[in-house]
Amino acid sequence: MAALDLPLIWAGIIGFAIFAYVVMDGFDLGIGILFHTLPPGKERDHAMNSIAPVWDGNETWLVLGGGGLLAAFPLAYAIILPATYPLIIAMLLGLVFRGVAFEFRWRDPAHQPMWDKAFTAGSLIAALSQGIILGAVLQGIHVENDAYAGGWLDWLSPFSLLTGAALVCAYALLGSTWLVWKTEGAGQDRARRNAILLGVLTLAGMGAVSLATPFLSIDYWYRWFEMPGLILTAPVPLLVAACALVLFTSLKNGSERLPFLMALALFVLCFAGLGISIYPNIVPPNITIWQAAAPDSSLAFMLVGAVVIVPLILAYSAWAYWVFRGKVGAHGYH
Amino acid sequence: MFESFDPLILARAQFAFTLSFHFIFPALSIGLSSYLMVLEGLWLKTGKQVYLDLFHYWIKIFAIGFGMGVVSGIVMSYQFGTNWSVFSERAGSVIGPLMAYEVMTAFFLEAGFLGVMLFGMSKVGKGLHFFATCMVAIGTLISATWIIAVNSWMQTPAGHAIDTTGRFVPVSWIDIIFTASFPYRLAHTTLGAFLTTAFLVGAVGAWHLLKDSTNPGARKMFSMAMWMAALVTPVQILAGDQHGLNTLEHQPVKVLAMEGDFDPSPDGAHLVLFGIPSNADERVNYEVAIPHLGSLILKHDWNAPVPGLKDFPKEDWPPVIIVFWSFRVMVGLGFAMLGLGVWSLWARHRGKLYDWRWLHRSAVVMAPSGFIAVIAGWVTTEVGRQPWVIYGLMRTADAASPIAAPAIAVSLIAFIVVYFAVFGMGIHYMLRLMAKPPAVNEPEAEHLPQHAAGITPGASVASSQAGEG
Ligand code: HDD
Ligand code: HEM
Ligand code: HEM
Repeated sequence: MAALDLPLIWAGIIGFAIFAYVVMDGFDLGIGILFHTLPPGKERDHAMNSIAPVWDGNETWLVLGGGGLLAAFPLAYAIILPATYPLIIAMLLGLVFRGVAFEFRWRDPAHQPMWDKAFTAGSLIAALSQGIILGAVLQGIHVENDAYAGGWLDWLSPFSLLTGAALVCAYALLGSTWLVWKTEGAGQDRARRNAILLGVLTLAGMGAVSLATPFLSIDYWYRWFEMPGLILTAPVPLLVAACALVLFTSLKNGSERLPFLMALALFVLCFAGLGISIYPNIVPPNITIWQAAAPDSSLAFMLVGAVVIVPLILAYSAWAYWVFRGKVGAHGYH
Repeated sequence: MFESFDPLILARAQFAFTLSFHFIFPALSIGLSSYLMVLEGLWLKTGKQVYLDLFHYWIKIFAIGFGMGVVSGIVMSYQFGTNWSVFSERAGSVIGPLMAYEVMTAFFLEAGFLGVMLFGMSKVGKGLHFFATCMVAIGTLISATWIIAVNSWMQTPAGHAIDTTGRFVPVSWIDIIFTASFPYRLAHTTLGAFLTTAFLVGAVGAWHLLKDSTNPGARKMFSMAMWMAALVTPVQILAGDQHGLNTLEHQPVKVLAMEGDFDPSPDGAHLVLFGIPSNADERVNYEVAIPHLGSLILKHDWNAPVPGLKDFPKEDWPPVIIVFWSFRVMVGLGFAMLGLGVWSLWARHRGKLYDWRWLHRSAVVMAPSGFIAVIAGWVTTEVGRQPWVIYGLMRTADAASPIAAPAIAVSLIAFIVVYFAVFGMGIHYMLRLMAKPPAVNEPEAEHLPQHAAGITPGASVASSQAGEG
């Protein structure tokens, strides 16, 4: 194992777990965010049923991301969590509300409006917190002696609020394109209209974040605009434009799956852009993957398990999505 | 407003609160999933309707509890970083991989097969369904095993080295997982979860017997629970005794705090039954004690010398009063459980198991006994190891995150409000299900949303058989 760059491998695995979480729980949260714009009754039930079978499996990736970060990069975990403390707590509490809403909403029809509110509010809070956490990490964390050395509101800035708002729009876009795929009739029409609006907002958010990022730190500027970074960064805006074009035309011409796939592609591109900005750091501005990594003995021990089990989990999730590939009805899939 | 509070105390209070709340649900999930496995197994073997009815009765309650276990558990996996960042940074390479394995091996099994289980026997087929039930039960036990390995390493650390920067690095994974206190803690906690479930099931059975002593489901569950009470409680008490002896060897200060032994007793320690220990006065006030019994329990010898807290530096003492009383609550409940178990044996012997109303009333009163005992046990374990977070190596005060008191205070209040509101409602839904008597031909969990079913291979089998969901 000594020849392998274990920290880099683990950065890849955790990056993947976080990405898997973001897109999978992203569309669940997106539907939660949009939930209150749907009329009570059948449309809400359909929207809920379209994610009910998969949401808790999706959320498990969050546990893997967090647990994996603690295990593989304890230093990063120990800096990022205190630095974003109020956001983490808000996110967790938001997830509590939306998680129990799935169960309670059906058990207690008398209080259904209340649990619907909890579902929307919980999803919105979780999404907003995640977006602000992203911004807080990007803008850099004040570290002294391997510990967080800032105040408890350092994360709050116009930039982090911008990333928060952008992520909320992007999740809602994912959610509405998911509904385009999974529902029919009036619900689908509404989802289409929402998706167009949200597509515009998401692109505006992405544009604003991309414009602001290089100004956060001179390092980002170098990575984006100097060679060899430029070779990597130059295609990103072009691909974004192409995806956006396909997204809007597919929403107009009635295709059902393409909008979701294009929204997904936008996430992949954003994630690539973020990777280019941050690498080789794990906690900007100056803690690298290798500085934060656990010793190789820990990484190797876990890799043995991950190599066997993560593909299993993936195969199994893919199967599940395949099973639930049809349109959703009031009592679940058919 | 909160500046004058000690952030360390607040962080500890928050951790203790969220963890105690979390543990209520796994304690039930661990026991109930095994109970469901037994019920389904008995049904497959004997074909008796009553087992199937009970299975359908309890699985609805199990589903709600499990869901709450998941959401409160996700909170826990982030609390190490929010509250104990220095600890996470120093010990993350040792405990992190164990928790990562918990996610990969246990949560994977549970989340997956839970879907098949909830999807319903008629849709999935008996064989696959029973397999899924077994997998969920095994998953909860694997989960408990990993997390107890983590906790036991913190109690009796081994298998690591400390590098020049003060970080713990793994040397032998076998030694890290199988530490001195691990087998005792695992056995005692698992049995505790089984008893917790048994006393809840017994109370529900007794409650319905009080209203209708002919209800077959109520009779069966009461009888099964009382067998558990009679047979497992003595084993649990024995396990607790062995656990205590092991702790005396590795963490003598904790045991002395549990016993309230401030002064050394060179010719045999007494057993304090009651009293108000005080760290400040270094003695137990208003003490009621039995001579020599302490030595008999701790050393299994009437006159063996026992050290006292005063043999150890005072800065290494835990808050004695908490440990002293939480221990007595646990042990008291253990003997109350034993009493009920013996009483039920007597009633059974006389053929009056379903008739003695005072037995049933007592069983109803004992409904929360298991939950209280497991929480009291954990308080004993965790507070008793103070002031250390990694025993003998790292103090709790050095483990905390650099976070100001107001932030922790606000989040603590938020946790308390949200947990009581949300989980209070969930517990209310569970109680509402328990208030209904088990029916003959108890229906399967009805048309709830497809729920967790999705991420499982079984679901596809199900939907292809059922034609439509
Ligand atoms: C139904 C639950 C239950 C019952 C009836 C008992 N316990 Fe217990 N006890 C637990 C559930 C529990 C627990 C929650 O599972 C703990 C917490 C951590 C652990 O290892 O087990 C625990 C801890 C614990 C410890 C602390 C060990 C340590 O921290 O190192 C001791 C010495 C005992 N127990 C001893 C007993 C004795 C002598 C009992 C006899 C009546 C008893 N317990 C009944
Ligand atoms: C359900 C079971 C558990 C309960 C109820 C529990 C309870 C507690 C309590 C009451 C404290 C606070 C001690 C004090 O205020 O003096 C505490 C602290 C702590 N426990 Fe546990 N604990 C449990 C299991 C665990 C496990 C399994 C772990 C590790 C994997 C763990 C790790 C810690 C840590 C890191 C602290 C913080 C340091 C401290 O204050 O002791 N606990 N726990
Ligand atoms: C600090 C300590 C703990 C952490 C970080 C933790 C973490 C978690 C998480 C993240 C989940 C949800 C899993 C999912 O997504 O499916 C969970 C559930 C569970 N935990 Fe904990 N846990 C802790 C303490 C404990 C203890 C002390 C036990 C048992 C002895 C335990 C046993 C379980 C079990 C059996 C489940 C699954 C069943 C259920 O959800 O009710 N946990 N835990």
